[in-house]
Amino acid sequence: MTYTEDSRNKIMNTIRSSLGVSGDEAERITRTSIRLDQHKPNLIPERARKTQLENIALFRNMMESQSATVVELKGMDDVPGAVAGYLRDNNLAAEIRMGSDPILTELTWSAALALETKIGKAVPQDSAALSRAFGAAAETGTLFLLSGVDNPTTLNFLPETHIVVLRKVDIAGSYEEVWEQLREVQGQRTMPRTVNLISGPSRTADIEQTIIMGAHGPRRMCILLVGTT
Amino acid sequence: MQSEQTQPRDEQRKPRVGLFVTCLVDLFRPSVGFAAIKLLEQAGCEVHVPEAQTCCGQPAYNSGDRTNAQSIAKQVIAAFETYDYVVAPSGSCAGMLRKHFPALLDNDRDWSERAVRLAGKVHELISFLVDVRGITKVDARYYGTVTYHDSCSGLRELGIKNQPRDLLASVDGLKLKEMPNAEICCGFGGTFSVKYPDISDAMVEKKTDSIEETKADLLLAGDLGCLMNMAGKIKRQGTPVAVRHIAEVLADMADDPAIGDGSTIGRQ
Amino acid sequence: MEPTSHAFKDNVRKALNDDQLQRALGNVKTGFIDKRAKARAALPEFDQLRDQARDIKDHSLAHLDLYLEEYERKVTYSGGHVHWAATAAEAREIILDLCTRAGAKTVTKGKSMVAEEIALNDHLEAQGIEVVETDLGEYLIQIRGETPSHIIAPAVHLNKEQIEQDFRKTHTDLPEDRSLDRPEQLVNEARTVLRDKFIAADVGITGANLLIAETGSSVIVTNEGNGDLTQILPRVHIVIATIEKIVPTREDAMTILRVLARSATGQEFTTYTTFSTGPKRPDDPDGPEEYHVVILDNGRSEMLGTEFREVLRCIRCGACMNHCPVYHAIGGHAYGWVYPGPIGAVLTPSLIGVEKAGHLPNASTFCGRCEAVCPMRIPLPKLMRKLREREFEKAASPWQQRAGIKIWAFFAKRPRLYRRSTNILIAILARFGRRRGTFRYLPFAGGWTKYRELPAPQGRTFHQLWREQRNERVHK
Repeated sequence: MTYTEDSRNKIMNTIRSSLGVSGDEAERITRTSIRLDQHKPNLIPERARKTQLENIALFRNMMESQSATVVELKGMDDVPGAVAGYLRDNNLAAEIRMGSDPILTELTWSAALALETKIGKAVPQDSAALSRAFGAAAETGTLFLLSGVDNPTTLNFLPETHIVVLRKVDIAGSYEEVWEQLREVQGQRTMPRTVNLISGPSRTADIEQTIIMGAHGPRRMCILLVGTT
Repeated sequence: MQSEQTQPRDEQRKPRVGLFVTCLVDLFRPSVGFAAIKLLEQAGCEVHVPEAQTCCGQPAYNSGDRTNAQSIAKQVIAAFETYDYVVAPSGSCAGMLRKHFPALLDNDRDWSERAVRLAGKVHELISFLVDVRGITKVDARYYGTVTYHDSCSGLRELGIKNQPRDLLASVDGLKLKEMPNAEICCGFGGTFSVKYPDISDAMVEKKTDSIEETKADLLLAGDLGCLMNMAGKIKRQGTPVAVRHIAEVLADMADDPAIGDGSTIGRQ
Repeated sequence: MEPTSHAFKDNVRKALNDDQLQRALGNVKTGFIDKRAKARAALPEFDQLRDQARDIKDHSLAHLDLYLEEYERKVTYSGGHVHWAATAAEAREIILDLCTRAGAKTVTKGKSMVAEEIALNDHLEAQGIEVVETDLGEYLIQIRGETPSHIIAPAVHLNKEQIEQDFRKTHTDLPEDRSLDRPEQLVNEARTVLRDKFIAADVGITGANLLIAETGSSVIVTNEGNGDLTQILPRVHIVIATIEKIVPTREDAMTILRVLARSATGQEFTTYTTFSTGPKRPDDPDGPEEYHVVILDNGRSEMLGTEFREVLRCIRCGACMNHCPVYHAIGGHAYGWVYPGPIGAVLTPSLIGVEKAGHLPNASTFCGRCEAVCPMRIPLPKLMRKLREREFEKAASPWQQRAGIKIWAFFAKRPRLYRRSTNILIAILARFGRRRGTFRYLPFAGGWTKYRELPAPQGRTFHQLWREQRNERVHK
């Protein structure tokens, strides 16, 4: 770019002169690098510091208050039937798009009669998608979905119906716990291309402050909550 | 008047209170000043009115004239710093002395400490009676329905919300009917009301609508600026609501004509 | 956009006489305020979180150079590109260049106040690029050729009848006899029309609510999901963000996000909160191939060294305008530039100059509601007062006002003279006003008496009466 290097220097110089620093102060550098390395949580609300049972109940409540449907299933084997059932109950086409997440693809989909499954990223014609959430924060009923071949991001936004599998063991109280789990899996200071925190189906209030569902993303969302407690 | 606190014993001297009259009360409605003195004396205070007071300096301060605001602040500090307490029948002026004088003089080596020390002694009248003097009841009567407007500075700078309502509840015959949005600004804002009369009018009109909705026959508040603004609009609209400073009712001195209803002072 | 803040008083008159607008402004008061209050009540730690959010931003600003450098390293490491723009013009050029190189015919945009600040759309459109706003509110004002009147609800000044008319005028390929009475039908139509644009777009531009130094991520929050479709479908994703959006870690981001939605719409959390880090990875089936972040300064690095630094904590939630009685009366357009309400009253003069926007910090009663609700605890009234001081020092305020204050102060500083003069003045006023009780008109008080009576004084000053009474008391 033509100016970007000059501008970078100009901006940095002005910032430093405004702050009265040179940028070389060892103490400042240490302070910031410690903060980045330690990434300490700030205040975690009390409601996010409960038992696992309470977390699950809170997650469910919050999700439902955000206009999502929550269905509890005993095991992963119940997922295909529940997907088929949800689509049927809502008069939707018996087809579902999903990524390559083995936890989903290795299920016995033939058990769900007449349900067509498609693997890969979403295309505009897809009517429904199935994803697996990496985790969830109970405090506001928020799913964490990671991009990648297992659960492509387009699944979360293009189809009108989004069904998400969430294992009960993956529900945490706070957002911070989920980030910590992600660090354990992916390493420090790195992220997938996209992490979507999702709290219910798409909505807008841009017309006279009236809330209307299905603005651009999914019109409806169903969470399949899997596991025994 | 009854106090939950034990009355000062004889050997304990009464607290000396410097009354900051405020410019609007001084000029437009002296009866509020006398009501304040009556309430303070009933609460066991020795009231003094320093001569060297004019105004708290807000007109200069809020117009960006820091220099003049600082001079006036120093004048107030010098006139009041010897009292145990400084009390003003206005949340706005008390807020100025309490919150803004220290900020205004924080770079002044000689004055910043004096400003902070004064600030610690400054109170708005009603909250002083309740929070400092422990007053829970007044000896007053008003047979009618009143509504109360929360003036912004008192509410948000000084946390005045329940104190006036608690004392009003003890007035014989008085019924308080809350207006919707009692906490929303009436549109006065000092010089704002004359610099932006169109916006100010839109705001005060919403306020008088809320007042009318209560069907109260008397509007009360703790700041004469807001009261004159609302009374001015009510008079223009011809609504049958009287307007008074809350101290007048609490001191049982609500016999003078209400704000904008003429005067008997100096007519005898 | 060309600021009209200097013509504030004209804008105000227009706004106050616009019935349509006045009706729409009713929605601001009923919608946002109650919802925020409920969300706050549901989270006992809310005010503590505000303190922490403030501290996080203060820390970030105090180490802004270091965190920006770290952020840049992480973006580059993840395969993205950082472009630095000192001015609005530079930012426009950089983005145009990126679009041109991508061979862009259609560009979709998520809602971005910074893009409004640099008037990006006009610039791209002038080069023949179709720019489509995808946030429903932004789309509504785009087809009307307007600017946003609110930070988070850009079309809050519109009623649904106006929107229906605009849709019929714009979407001419749809059947004329279709029904558009209900908001659902309007939303559906926008969804259908914009879906095609999302798919056709070559470049997607979004703003950023936060930038995270720890990971080089940009964060956006939406409820519609438009920001996500904008960034995952096109080949190129451009983020436009200003320098002060940076925070150290994901943990810090979450604290701020906990107060953001609650303060803005009163939601516990926005429906979509998206963390984007670099372009798509080698085995990703979707996502953009290129990821660019344009970091804009536009005067902020200088503000950092002034008493206005605290404004840089702003997270653009809109709570200040939602609670502002002046905003309720006049709406957002009257402020005359991109940022309306109390935050605009501070930001606009700081960015475009107090000479062009001097009215804005003056048009406040200092009622303090904005500061009371600001999640980042920005002392907005204090900063407006600072701007008034700047204006007064530069003698930029009207001379009559300055002269008035100086004359008044001359007397106020001389108690004896003040007393003698006011005794006379009040006696005269009382004589004329006594019978009626109020003045319908007074010379030099036209601003007051245009809409209100001026209550007449009781007759004598308190100090006069007190002196007499005290003498009586003594003589008794």
